[in-house]
Amino acid sequence: MVAYDSARLGRHGEDRVARWYEERGYRVLERNWRCDLGELDLILARGDDVVVCEVKTRSTTRFGHPLEAVGPDKQRRLRALAARWREGAPFRPNSLRIDVAAVLGGRITVVEHAC
Amino acid sequence: MLASVASAVLQGIDGHHVRVEVHVAGGLPAFTVVGLPDASCRESRDRVRAAVLSAGFRFPPERVTVNLAPTNLRKHGPVLDLPIALALLVASGQLDHESVAGAAFLGELGLDGSVRRIVGALPLAEVLADRPLVVPLDDLDEVRLVVPAARGAASLRALVESLRGTSPWPEPDPEPRRGRVTAGPGWSPDLADVHGHPIGRLAVEVAAAGGHHLLLVGPPGAGKTMLAERLPGILPDLSESQALEVARVRSAAGAEVGPGEHPRGLHRRPPFRSPHHTASVVALVGGGSRVLRPGEISLATGGVLFLDELGEFPAAHLDALRQPLESGVVDVVRAAVSARLPARFLLVGATNPCPCGFAPAPRCRCGPAQLQRYSRRLSGPVLDRFDLRVRLDSPDPASLFGGQGGAESSAGVQRRVAAARERATSRGVPANRALRGAALETHAPLTDEAVRLLRDRLGRGRLTVRGSQRLRAVALTLLDLSGAEAPIGADDLLVAECLRAQDALPGGPA
Repeated sequence: MVAYDSARLGRHGEDRVARWYEERGYRVLERNWRCDLGELDLILARGDDVVVCEVKTRSTTRFGHPLEAVGPDKQRRLRALAARWREGAPFRPNSLRIDVAAVLGGRITVVEHAC
Repeated sequence: MLASVASAVLQGIDGHHVRVEVHVAGGLPAFTVVGLPDASCRESRDRVRAAVLSAGFRFPPERVTVNLAPTNLRKHGPVLDLPIALALLVASGQLDHESVAGAAFLGELGLDGSVRRIVGALPLAEVLADRPLVVPLDDLDEVRLVVPAARGAASLRALVESLRGTSPWPEPDPEPRRGRVTAGPGWSPDLADVHGHPIGRLAVEVAAAGGHHLLLVGPPGAGKTMLAERLPGILPDLSESQALEVARVRSAAGAEVGPGEHPRGLHRRPPFRSPHHTASVVALVGGGSRVLRPGEISLATGGVLFLDELGEFPAAHLDALRQPLESGVVDVVRAAVSARLPARFLLVGATNPCPCGFAPAPRCRCGPAQLQRYSRRLSGPVLDRFDLRVRLDSPDPASLFGGQGGAESSAGVQRRVAAARERATSRGVPANRALRGAALETHAPLTDEAVRLLRDRLGRGRLTVRGSQRLRAVALTLLDLSGAEAPIGADDLLVAECLRAQDALPGGPA
């Protein structure tokens, strides 16, 4: 039950963040893109500018702010994943940016150029 | 977004200004401290974070950068916890900038948000005396000795409320806390307890009056330690500036500082330190690789450094004392830090005359080789520093049980000592030991007879030129104690010679 709830919460957060980007003129290229290194939550593009976004969703701050969950190791992994995606990208992006989005109790915080 | 508050860190026994700058900006949450913090200072991050949350504030989920300026000064210790936390609250919009503007803060934080005692509160407060100052409540009594207007803080939450003006500033418990009801650094037993030992008592009095270093030689149980412990009790009270220096050293060493005997006053009694002979050079002289701590010689400044079993101290340790004995200060220098510490102390050494302790011959069981080896333990230059060298034998049994009120109390001796010190002050020195060359010629003239005596001793090689000068200074102190006026007569020199007896030395004929 717990796993199911947290998965649903995560999916809900990703939906909200995807909509947040769409409102700002982005289109969603991929959701939950996977490779042997792991998974990217959202890949978005506005023109040829690509954004890779890690979404963290929490209902409380009991275990800290969701942004704090993206530590140095996770940041390193995000950079590796973004590079891997770029190798097989369907087009050559003009720029590639990594964002981290936090969804906490319905509030969305997006940190651009997070790493 | 950006906030800064004033604080200070300790180096040696001196406080140095530090500006704590905190910048809070967008980005993934991070908390970095830059500006040459050492490991103990970098740990502030974890304490500050926990304390801020425990105190009911928000820790910003943003990029927090703390800079400690000037960046070339090495910062150590937890004293910057409180200023970092306050600047963080201001930078994250949880506290008005006006409430901390211009003020300085010192304090260690507990994980529960409490503000804890710091080492060196007094010297740190001194450099921040020109502005509103907040220190840990437990340090407030000490800090108010130098900054009467300082405020105290018991916890981060309560401090913020006091800064906002929503609750009053706390005052320390007027009742002395348990464990702080100490006799102070300079408590000394009374000379009235010492029966017999006329020479020993005289030597202690002359040492106190003239600032002459004293070596006591005698068998175990003769009363060497007993006499030495009573020496601080006959020294005059410290002056305001001396008392402040003693307090500064004690505070930097993490020792009890005060208030002293007088309410809201400094301890005025001279300190007494007696390090064991296993003490390291650093413990004696001061030092440490990163954090410079004052050593025993600095803690004894203004008072007495007693080295019992002088011969057991390694030669290197004693030689390390030679330079501070001359200059009154010690410059402790390490690769990363350096500091000048005060070291004006009266040195009292005690030693047995031989390894078995009972020289001369009939009772002594030591062989000649043993005696020779024992006498070599104390190098000539070290022995030369002692103006007074006194042989102390077990007292005459008759004097021990002689009846009531035989011995003079410390108070009486102290009066003579204080008068003698006043005379020295009128000669422009703190005590006669400091008289050299021309000053000695001016203030310690000799009678013709005394001149003949000195010439005789010098001619027969029984005295060095320096030795003859020391002898004159001791003779002058004897005059001062008896209230007599110069010139110095031959009799005075003979008494001084008795108190500087070569043959009292360990391994020598007794």
